[in-house]
Amino acid sequence: MMDGSRRSFLKLAGLTALGAAGAAGASTRQASANPEVATEPAHTGTRLAMVVDLRKLDADGEVAKRCIEACHKAHNVPSFNSIKDEVKWIWTEDFETAFHSQEFHFLREDLEHKPTLLLCNHCDNPPCTRVCPTQATWKRESDGVVMMDWHRCIGCRYCIVACPYGSRSFNWRDPRTAENLADPAMRNPEFPTRMRGVVEKCNFCEERLARGEQPACVEACDNDELVFGDLNAPGSKVREMLGRHLAIRRKPGLGTQPEVYYIVDDPATLGAGSDEPAVAEQPEMEGDHA
Amino acid sequence: MYDTGKVIGGLVVFLILATSPLIFNAMSSTSAEPPELVPPPNGTQQCVMPTEWMRSSHMNLLDQWREDAVRRGDRDFVIEATGETVTKSLTLTCMDCHSNKSEFCDRCHDYLEVAPYCWDCHVAPVEGKEVR
Repeated sequence: MMDGSRRSFLKLAGLTALGAAGAAGASTRQASANPEVATEPAHTGTRLAMVVDLRKLDADGEVAKRCIEACHKAHNVPSFNSIKDEVKWIWTEDFETAFHSQEFHFLREDLEHKPTLLLCNHCDNPPCTRVCPTQATWKRESDGVVMMDWHRCIGCRYCIVACPYGSRSFNWRDPRTAENLADPAMRNPEFPTRMRGVVEKCNFCEERLARGEQPACVEACDNDELVFGDLNAPGSKVREMLGRHLAIRRKPGLGTQPEVYYIVDDPATLGAGSDEPAVAEQPEMEGDHA
Repeated sequence: MYDTGKVIGGLVVFLILATSPLIFNAMSSTSAEPPELVPPPNGTQQCVMPTEWMRSSHMNLLDQWREDAVRRGDRDFVIEATGETVTKSLTLTCMDCHSNKSEFCDRCHDYLEVAPYCWDCHVAPVEGKEVR
């Protein structure tokens, strides 16, 4: 009797364990068939993006300077005379530095040190928004802009760590003591300043978009050095540019799907001006390989 | 109890002294003057909500506007009384009329000893000389 009951108990326990293992396996399989991170972006709705035409940016960075000035003035970005306290929404790096992970060897000299405009990439899969404990930053569903709500930011700086592009700055000092903001008359009254202890970054000029205007940096260009528009609209200028030229993005291997594109091809080498999409031809294999 | 008269008398004196400010206020007719708020310099008569409601609840409205504009991208507000549409914005809409912040916002906030931190970030309109 006792043996029998133990035997039946063990049978039952074994069956239960099997069932549990089976259920766990099934749910794992389901999860792997439905990965959390979509590799292919969905082509629905609006997806705002920017194309930086590096061919048109000058070696002295004059155009870039104009863009930076326009942006920082429009958004009351503080400027301190110290790299440690630097706050930036849009800035420049040498091409080589901006794209160091791409490993260009023996790069054309004019390109190597070209001042390249950098800004928040407004990634399709932004790592910064996932780590925010207060939802002070999030990706706007309607157009993909990575937003910030400075009312909510508690200054934990997780997002600064998460961003692989260095697009976020922290206000170590009261921005209103900065040389360009200390005088109230110098502030743009239509946009707030920030306070000490808050993170800030480019917002794709969402306040200007709401008024139907182009971003300030795009407006500061007069020769289409920067082009802004909807990536999901087949006829848009950004799509046309991407369809006709070779464009690269920063650190594509991280899977963040940055939405700022850089056109690097030279008209002479890739035949710009033709309507054909620029695709480098593979040289024919010769000899023994048939 | 020993010295009953002294103890009770002492207590009475203490009570009178301790409550003397209240007694003084109750007997004299002076009271703190309510702040005098200056209406919008641009002559606007119509606020986005009835004046009485704004007096007590403008902070709720601002809170709601912040939520709508920043987080939902919903920026249009229709004034019920006139049907006019304005932007949900403290600096662009409220301060456009109430450009006299020091005679309007500050006076009442000072009177009530409240210190809203709106102006830590939002840029106050530049008034003649006084600028915060």
